[in-house]
Amino acid sequence: MENFAYINAANVEQVPSLMSDDWSETKMIAGGTDLLGELKEYIETPKKVINLKSIPGLDEIKADASGLTIGALVTLADIAAHPTIQRHYTVLAEAAASVASPQIRNVGTLGGNLCQRPRCWYYRHPDIICLKKGGDTCYAVEGLNKYHAIFGGGPVYIVHPSDTAPALIALGATVKIVGPNGDRTMLLEDFFILPDVNPQRENVLEPNEVVTEVHLPQPKAHTKSTYVKVRERGSFDFALVSVAAAFEMNGGTCHKANVVLGGVAPIPWRSKEAEAALNGKGITAAVAKQAGEAAVANAEPMTDNGYKVPLTRNIINRAAMTLVH
Amino acid sequence: MASWGEAKDSRLIGKRVSRLSGTDKVTGKAKYTFDINRPGMLYGYILRSPVAHATITGIDLSEAEALPGVKAAIPLIEPGKRVRFEGQEIAAVAAITPDIAEDAVRLIQFDYDELDYVVDVESAKEEGAPQIRDDWKSNQSEPRVDERGDIEAGFAEAAVEVEATYHAPVQTHVCLETHGHVAEWDQDNLTVWASTQAVFGTRQNLARHFELPENQVRVITEHMGGGFGSKFGPGVEGVTAAKLARKAGAPVKLMLTRKDEHLVAGNRPSMTQQVRAGATQDGRFIAYDMSGYGTGGIGSGAGFTGPYVYHVPNHRTKKSAVAINAGSARAMRAPGHPQGAFAMDSLMDELAERLNLDPLEFRRLNSDSDARRNRIRQAEYTLGAQEIGWHRRNRVPGSGTGVKKRGIGMGCGLWGGGGGAGTQARVTIHASGAVEAVTGTQDIGTGIRTVIAMIVAEELGLRPQDITVKIGDTEPGLASRGSGGSQTIGSVAPVIKTAAMAAKRKLFGHIAPLVEADPGDLRAAGDKIYAQSDLRLSIPWKEATGYLGMETISEGGEWDENLRIGDVAGVQFAEVEIDTETGLVQVIKIVAVQDCGLVVNRLTTESQINGAVVMGLGYALLEERIMDDQTGKMINPNLEDYKVPGTMEIPEIVSIAYDTDRKITGIGEPPTIPTAGAIANAVYNAIGVRIRELPITPDKILNALG
Repeated sequence: MENFAYINAANVEQVPSLMSDDWSETKMIAGGTDLLGELKEYIETPKKVINLKSIPGLDEIKADASGLTIGALVTLADIAAHPTIQRHYTVLAEAAASVASPQIRNVGTLGGNLCQRPRCWYYRHPDIICLKKGGDTCYAVEGLNKYHAIFGGGPVYIVHPSDTAPALIALGATVKIVGPNGDRTMLLEDFFILPDVNPQRENVLEPNEVVTEVHLPQPKAHTKSTYVKVRERGSFDFALVSVAAAFEMNGGTCHKANVVLGGVAPIPWRSKEAEAALNGKGITAAVAKQAGEAAVANAEPMTDNGYKVPLTRNIINRAAMTLVH
Repeated sequence: MASWGEAKDSRLIGKRVSRLSGTDKVTGKAKYTFDINRPGMLYGYILRSPVAHATITGIDLSEAEALPGVKAAIPLIEPGKRVRFEGQEIAAVAAITPDIAEDAVRLIQFDYDELDYVVDVESAKEEGAPQIRDDWKSNQSEPRVDERGDIEAGFAEAAVEVEATYHAPVQTHVCLETHGHVAEWDQDNLTVWASTQAVFGTRQNLARHFELPENQVRVITEHMGGGFGSKFGPGVEGVTAAKLARKAGAPVKLMLTRKDEHLVAGNRPSMTQQVRAGATQDGRFIAYDMSGYGTGGIGSGAGFTGPYVYHVPNHRTKKSAVAINAGSARAMRAPGHPQGAFAMDSLMDELAERLNLDPLEFRRLNSDSDARRNRIRQAEYTLGAQEIGWHRRNRVPGSGTGVKKRGIGMGCGLWGGGGGAGTQARVTIHASGAVEAVTGTQDIGTGIRTVIAMIVAEELGLRPQDITVKIGDTEPGLASRGSGGSQTIGSVAPVIKTAAMAAKRKLFGHIAPLVEADPGDLRAAGDKIYAQSDLRLSIPWKEATGYLGMETISEGGEWDENLRIGDVAGVQFAEVEIDTETGLVQVIKIVAVQDCGLVVNRLTTESQINGAVVMGLGYALLEERIMDDQTGKMINPNLEDYKVPGTMEIPEIVSIAYDTDRKITGIGEPPTIPTAGAIANAVYNAIGVRIRELPITPDKILNALG
């Protein structure tokens, strides 16, 4: 990797001033499990790396009447093992537990998991300058796209790699961002942007903004949630497709369904079609199946990723049936 | 004539003995090449071609040389020459830290004219494709045609026929320890610590390259982190380490990166074969017509077996290699066999189904044409079928109900592995009682160090840990062959055995007058030497050796072919469970019944089988080198997208050592051969749709299920 200056941030407020407003100049590091790979492969060659782990207080999970606040530096292992999250925000605990390997979960942070860069093999190759890296071609279009998007693609066709993001969106999470002009809070769902907005970024962050915490509202009564992730290698892999499902149940009826997909689109992909097929219905096998089918009706598979269509359909069905049994 | 004796008389042979180096390995005390650090040592790094095909027009090392900390820089290709694959060596530097070396490589200016490339095998075969090898007329080698019997008469007799195309991808070795060396010069003497399967082969190669007599080159491999056939010589990287060391006047460590490993350090060639086969109504495999090819990148060897294991009287095969702009193939754990076995065992199941025959029964009817192997194989079928519960398989493939469907399948393999002459060894007994066994073999992780100690200890009545085993070093001048072809134990064990016998004889001759016994009546056991006819005539080992005084007994051995055997048969059964909604294949159980000859160390034998099965499972379900047409690059040169099995993929493995012989053989390779075929057949049995292309990934299952 290229040499860089390593700067410990003292507090959150200091971070924007330490960061350049040019993406290529500065990078933030927390767990480093994503950034280190980018540095070693010369995908990123920043002049300065700002360490966030030196900021006190961002590694806490706090509960109050409004819900749960999870600091950006909380590790994925801590989220997966947290009793309240396991019990009331099950989908998040399951999603965090499914990330990578135990070693990575022990250092990888929530903030990093949300802001990680894509795993696309063209993007990650040091000698390929693709559209996402400022080139002019998304090689997945004509090339090897087994792991690429079936929804929301164009002009780049990456999939968002995060496991926790679909789970958090399904739970209605908001995210707090601190920048040079103070902080702002938004729905996590609105945090991610499609490549037709900006092919080089995956979210709304400006170069000098930092995610500091995620807030989860109190779960509605009778909410049940689960995360189903399909990966080729069980011990350590990104999702081929995943689904985060959170249902507010009213007796046997699904009052409100949140269905957010991972591994299928450049952003965590809320399936409004699946939700519509579930809302207000008793979840029977037929309804669950219908939800899966509705979700993929508008899928746009590429040459090598057509299998993601039945896979998505089937695991939505599976998640729905899991929640009612 | 030497023999291994009866099982009932063995104290150690056939028992479970932990590796002598096990503690050192798990505590980190064992030093691999990666761990060798020499005073003043520099770090080497190689600049590699970023493109698949180009003519190099110029290399300028001056900026790299000017970087503080850089001690040497050398070109590795002459301007005007072509690079023919991504990763080919262009230049190298040595610097005082690995980071400076890497930075320096990025400062090397090199110019090239890019040439058209081809990385896709089908495109490479087309007329007008960029020519890759100067010594071939096109990118496809002249096919080798082999014909036996009367193929047309065979098909005329056939009642059923199968036509199918099978494909297996390029697999890379993924050695846990990457290829690498530490090279150090002292005047004109070169010492190299190498991660190699052949210390003597590496010595000879380096001696020739640097025009030195062999005795001025020393190669050391104390511990080694896997080779699987890819580490038989110094390679470009080893020679480069030595060149850099000489130029810099300091030792140089040069280890390949994980990416280098995928690109340049060898691979198992791909296989594509079209086959037409026929069988008679009474279940005789009668005709086999196969045409196939594989790619070994820029290399030439892409052969695979076929017909394989089973007897078919009439067959015609046509095999060739296709060159593409990718790193060269190297030998890989049973070269040519796993790909051939996968296709053959798939075909056998397909034929059996057409005949409405039990696939096991069809195999029994057409089993091995070698009489000894056939006898063993028939017994292995019975043992394996019983252990897996063959009767539980789906009579109608895919007929299981529910989302998760189970299936059972089987596959076969054969291998040589008998070893050969060419190993020198000495067993030395000192007056202190210390015993040394010295030979020029190397332990590439297979456990030969422990096996040598067991054999000597058995002979001398001592414990394995009493024997100091010195291997993996050319300095004693006792040569041995490279560790490949599962030949190590068959080559080394007989020589060690006869050397230990000779040393014992000599000791007995020395001791006999002192204990007033006939030397032929003496025995060594339990740390004692005693007379068999009169157990009162007994002295402790150390007391006996003490009589040597200033003398040392040091005896060599002879390779004795009666102590070893080759041509082993293996059979495996697999049970899988397929999630038909996700396409995931979970292997539940593998039963490996392996003809092992005489088992020396049952523990490391089982480890060998376990490792081979895991590698075969990766081949069946996960591993594939993926080349990108648009860029000419390997798109998964890492361990994220090149997927090797992890803990969750590894099933219950039942190793059954079929060890009815009292002769030694090597089994490093044979148990990796049948696995992919057994899994592929189990997948078919589970879902009733045949996947003829490895690896069997979820996308293929889902696409097949429709």
